[in-house]
Amino acid sequence: MNINLTLFGQMLTFVFFVMFCMKYVWPFITAAMQERTEKIAEGLAAADRASRDLELAQDKAVERLKEAKLEASGIVDAANKRASQIIDEAKEAAVVEGDRVKASAQAEIEQEVNRAREQLRGQVATLAIAGAERVLGAAIDRQTHADLVDKLAAEL
Amino acid sequence: MAGNTQTISEYIIHHLTNLTYGRLPAGFEREDGSVIGEGGAWVMAHGGQEAGAMGFNAIHVDSMLWSISLGIFFCWLFRSVAKKAHSGVPTGLINLVEMIVEFVDNTVRDTFHGDNKLIAPLALTVFVWVFLMNLMDLIPVDLVPILLGFTGVHFQKIVPSTDPNITLGMAVGVFVLMLYYSIKVKGFGFVKELTLNPFNHWVFIPVNLFMEVVGLLAKPFSLGLRLFGNMYAGEMIFILIAALFSAGWGWLLPAGLLQMGWSIFHILVITLQAFIFMVLTIVYLSMAHEDH
Repeated sequence: MNINLTLFGQMLTFVFFVMFCMKYVWPFITAAMQERTEKIAEGLAAADRASRDLELAQDKAVERLKEAKLEASGIVDAANKRASQIIDEAKEAAVVEGDRVKASAQAEIEQEVNRAREQLRGQVATLAIAGAERVLGAAIDRQTHADLVDKLAAEL
Repeated sequence: MAGNTQTISEYIIHHLTNLTYGRLPAGFEREDGSVIGEGGAWVMAHGGQEAGAMGFNAIHVDSMLWSISLGIFFCWLFRSVAKKAHSGVPTGLINLVEMIVEFVDNTVRDTFHGDNKLIAPLALTVFVWVFLMNLMDLIPVDLVPILLGFTGVHFQKIVPSTDPNITLGMAVGVFVLMLYYSIKVKGFGFVKELTLNPFNHWVFIPVNLFMEVVGLLAKPFSLGLRLFGNMYAGEMIFILIAALFSAGWGWLLPAGLLQMGWSIFHILVITLQAFIFMVLTIVYLSMAHEDH
């Protein structure tokens, strides 16, 4: 409990430790902490920037999507128009083709009819002659044909 | 624990005696009956009486060794972290040290507004060192003295801050810095501050000077004695509780509970005292920087 040389001993020690702390401890630790603070601030700023970039990109994407939709609907419209056009054209072509087929068929039918008619005309004479022969060859009903023969005879 | 041959008061006094190395005056009769010869002699004191006779020419070996060891421990711990310090993610010990550094740095920033590279490291040293010295108070009072007793060292106070030399030594160190910065920053203004305050008239110069000098001197004394008083009282209570253990089997449980309670409370006290010492150091030095 006496005040003695310990007082000065402690003072010297105190000075030494404070100097040591000031030279070799404090600057290094605070510098590291300061550097970290800056790093974190930079990181936060970068994150902010990134989120802003993301927002911009999202806006751009939405715009692109809208454009694409517009374009797509245009393409669909054009396609629809083209399709109906093709259908119309096909219809027209079909009608024309049908008409042509009908006409040729009719012509063929007519031709066939004419040919049949010519044939018939050729055969009529023979048939008439054959018929006549049959009529003449078969039992002649004198009574019945007498009139006809008479008429014919009369006309002659 | 107190031996059978020791009374309680002897036990307490023994615990409050420093291991002292000093110069005994000539003609002093030592405990063992030998008499110091002409010109005195530098010896290890055997007991408080001899230590008292040594007067100023003595040094508390235990206080000095523990205080220096703890100071070296502080320097080693913080230096190892300072070497490893980096701006990446801090881990383990670096976290702890940086937390303390930041805490001290904030306290300094709040109180001291000048530009001084010394204040913050000084505050850090004061805080951690005083805290470590106070922390020794939590080691059971008999443990180290008994262990050292086996090696022939019979007095040991392991809490340096219960030695007024230690606390006043630091306080005087702070006081020297106060004077230095007062003169450096204010120059002649410091003299004016001492002589023309609080009564700004030349007639009152002696009165002012007296009041200001007393006020100035009170600062380091209150700084050192506050820490000493608190720690000494705390140590005293630990010793009394330790003495209680020897009072009989019935006292074991209450003494144990007391010991635990006071230890827990003391954790608060030692931290608070270290903090107060640091804050007052900063405040005094900041006052030395301020021009009125």
